[in-house]
Amino acid sequence: MLQKTSPEIGGMGHSVKRKEDLRFIQGKGTYVDDVSLPGMVYGHMVRSPYAHARLTGIRSEEAKKLPGVLAVITGEDLAKAGLSWMPTLFHDKQMVLATGKVLFQSQEVAFVVAEDRYTAADAAELIEVDYEDLPVLVDPHRALDADAPILREDREEKTNHIFHWEVGDRQATDGVFQTAPVKAELNAFFPRCHPAPLETCGCVADYNPATTKLTVWETSQAPHAHRTLFALVAGLPEQNIRIIAPDIGGGFGNKVPIYPGYVCAVVASLQLGRPVKWIESRSENLQSTGFARDYHMKAEIAADRDGKVKALRVKTLADHGAFNAAAQPSKFPAGLFSICTGSYDFSEAFCEVDGVYTNKAPGGIAYRCSFRVTEAAYLIERAMDVLAQELKMDPVELRLKNFVPPDKFPYLCPLGWSYDSGDYKAAMELALEKIGYSELRKEQEEKRRKGELMGIGISSFTEIVGAGPSHTFDICGIKMFDSCEIRVHPTGKAIARMGTKAQGQGHETTFAQIVAQELGIPVADITVEEGDTDTAPYGLGTYASRSTPVAGTATAMASRKIRDKARKLAAHLLEASEEDLEWEPGKFFVKGAPSKSKTIQEIAFAAYTNFPAGLEAGLEAVHYYDPPNLTFPFGTYICVLDIDKGTGEPKVRRFVAVDDCGNIINPMVVEGQIHGGLTEGLAIAFMQEIAYDESGNVQGGTFMDYLIPTAVETPNWETDKTCTPSPHHPLGAKGVGESPNVGSPAAFVNAVVDALSHLGVKHIDMPIAPWKIWKILKEKGISE
Amino acid sequence: MATKKFVRVKVNGRDHEAEIEPRLLLVHFIREVLALTGTHVGCDTTNCGACTVLLDGRPVKSCTVFAVQADGREIRTIEGVANNGKLHPLQEGFKEEHGLQCGFCTPGMIMSACALLEKNPHPSEQEIRWGISGNLCRCTGYQNIVKAVQYAANKMA
Repeated sequence: MLQKTSPEIGGMGHSVKRKEDLRFIQGKGTYVDDVSLPGMVYGHMVRSPYAHARLTGIRSEEAKKLPGVLAVITGEDLAKAGLSWMPTLFHDKQMVLATGKVLFQSQEVAFVVAEDRYTAADAAELIEVDYEDLPVLVDPHRALDADAPILREDREEKTNHIFHWEVGDRQATDGVFQTAPVKAELNAFFPRCHPAPLETCGCVADYNPATTKLTVWETSQAPHAHRTLFALVAGLPEQNIRIIAPDIGGGFGNKVPIYPGYVCAVVASLQLGRPVKWIESRSENLQSTGFARDYHMKAEIAADRDGKVKALRVKTLADHGAFNAAAQPSKFPAGLFSICTGSYDFSEAFCEVDGVYTNKAPGGIAYRCSFRVTEAAYLIERAMDVLAQELKMDPVELRLKNFVPPDKFPYLCPLGWSYDSGDYKAAMELALEKIGYSELRKEQEEKRRKGELMGIGISSFTEIVGAGPSHTFDICGIKMFDSCEIRVHPTGKAIARMGTKAQGQGHETTFAQIVAQELGIPVADITVEEGDTDTAPYGLGTYASRSTPVAGTATAMASRKIRDKARKLAAHLLEASEEDLEWEPGKFFVKGAPSKSKTIQEIAFAAYTNFPAGLEAGLEAVHYYDPPNLTFPFGTYICVLDIDKGTGEPKVRRFVAVDDCGNIINPMVVEGQIHGGLTEGLAIAFMQEIAYDESGNVQGGTFMDYLIPTAVETPNWETDKTCTPSPHHPLGAKGVGESPNVGSPAAFVNAVVDALSHLGVKHIDMPIAPWKIWKILKEKGISE
Repeated sequence: MATKKFVRVKVNGRDHEAEIEPRLLLVHFIREVLALTGTHVGCDTTNCGACTVLLDGRPVKSCTVFAVQADGREIRTIEGVANNGKLHPLQEGFKEEHGLQCGFCTPGMIMSACALLEKNPHPSEQEIRWGISGNLCRCTGYQNIVKAVQYAANKMA
């Protein structure tokens, strides 16, 4: 059990107001585009208008003549330095600037540098590029056809097939299906979508020829990993590279990869000896940087007539675009997709995934989820509803019948994951009670009699977060630990640095709360700093809800090391033995004599002024934490919506989200993250898709076409929680930021299908725009 | 390059003069000429509102206004919202009600809310939602932003 701290200390469980807010509300944040250096110049990317074309010539003489233009860099130029290709974060490589041919619309072709951003854009217009059309491959289902164009001529294997991956027992699973009395099948497409953080990607690269030091301010969720990759790829000494991720305007996975723009800015700065700024536009962000999902999935469930599930069989086609730039560090090509048995106790399961190349932007990044967990959660939660429909059973009853029971944890699922903890029924029951489920079902029945359309959608998802145990995760060999270094100053104030990097999560407050919890130093006295590779200990960054499970633990462990030393100092000051001292947040006291005590501030002062012989001066510690397992947050979400029969518009009436992320550091911050993730889930379910036409033209390339919900479309979210602490996490915490994005799409879609199920509707693919519903109503003859 | 134009604007109560290219966007003028970087750029299609400033008291998306169009007019940015170091009730509200996460939309959001409260000091929830509907936020889901505006409205009443 965690000791409760006072509000002044502000340890775990307190809704401490965020320390970072003061600069943001006054316009005093420092985002990458706010960095301005003497002599700084601007880069602009020339991009391909074609999805697949031979590159036969680039003429840049006119551009170079424009006053103010300093350099034009092409793929051929980079090739001379061996930099025209770079490794992706998943066993593939991608072009920095195109050589030979282009493979997707908006691919990077040339980089122009000029004295100011307008001149750079003008010069880009003057560059003439010759293309010869090549046949375009858009449909991943056609990628392996004999007559499909081979996209990646650079690879030895002349195929568009990237990988086949399977997990589970195929034979045993097939065996269960042969005899199962009930089978349900779902074919679902999780569309390509984009994290679209409000700040686009960008950097300022500053190479100083005198010191030979390269400093890069970068929109990076993983600055240390970027530093090492820059060192390995560009051959620069790692100590001469400093990556600074300043304030970041949202990431959601989009800012994990290294993008060609960063590399070009670095090359240009090396070439010119001047700082080079490159900031992408919104359309560049949506059209060329890490997309997510694009999974064509099939799930089959074998069950008994009474609804007890037996086996799950999943087959998926993954569209990775032109390069497999899946920014995911697991050892598995489909990441953690094998969490697809979800919250349910299947005896057998088998899952296979094939990845293919198409003429689309590269990626497959983990958008607000741990590497394909959103796809998995959506698939199983939709499939359970399909089974319920097949059995004519209430989806709640079906779920309750099949939940992994609390006494089965730690639970080894048939696809190999060991779930650390869970109480799915408790979360479900709280959600049912909050929403008034049985009354809603009665209301729905009455409405149906009147011809009105109302739906209730349930999702009781399980997440898997906190990458990760190094046996399963690494980035180019670097294991997925994370770190914290704490220094307590003589006056009892402290600075803590981590290998993570917040992009809105509030680490400056929540990580200070962990230190406050462990050391009793008030949150107000603790500075948290992340993102500067010259000062922070090495870590793998912030994504996959890993900050709290991994760096959060490192923070607690570093604090405990400090407390151990503080005990020695307190014993010295109190002239007592260490064993006779007891700790309460903020002070050591002598057992049985509470008035004989020393505060952590007094102890900190003594660490520099009055320490015993044999003890080093100072009060600091560093800890690197490699977790033994992942954490498994879960929850039940229930969506109630009404459908307008005139327009087909679904309107969310209520949405209850019950989350269980174990012990909570800051309830206010957790609730805020859930609101935000649900809103992103709403957008994915109803509004967003990065689609391509048959020529490979992006159809969702701006905010005019790729819709972001405004305050008007977004409902009020009702949140609540249950608490099942993680047994292996020293604070019992689990990570939460991604749960709402993972769990909610199925709740929305289940609600729409539920509203239309009596008409025989079994599935609708996202995004469920009103026209899709209207078309169904029209076909059924009930549109108004 | 076109002939430069002379502009004179009052920004957050201070006069500024500059020779600028006629095509220079107001947002770049504010950020790069005046070095007021609290106003952000989040899209290039006038959708996101991160660049919202007040032009003669009315909210505009400064990525879609030329700086020369602001000649002789008054501009207010996020840097001019606090009064002598004292936070504006809206700024306070955003902090108290957890109305921000990454902070990138916040300045534009506050400027739109400023304009709303000046016109309508007691807005309903729906009026607040419509009032900030030109500003996109990817982090908060707007619920706490609505509360932040309500906080300010109550405080200013």
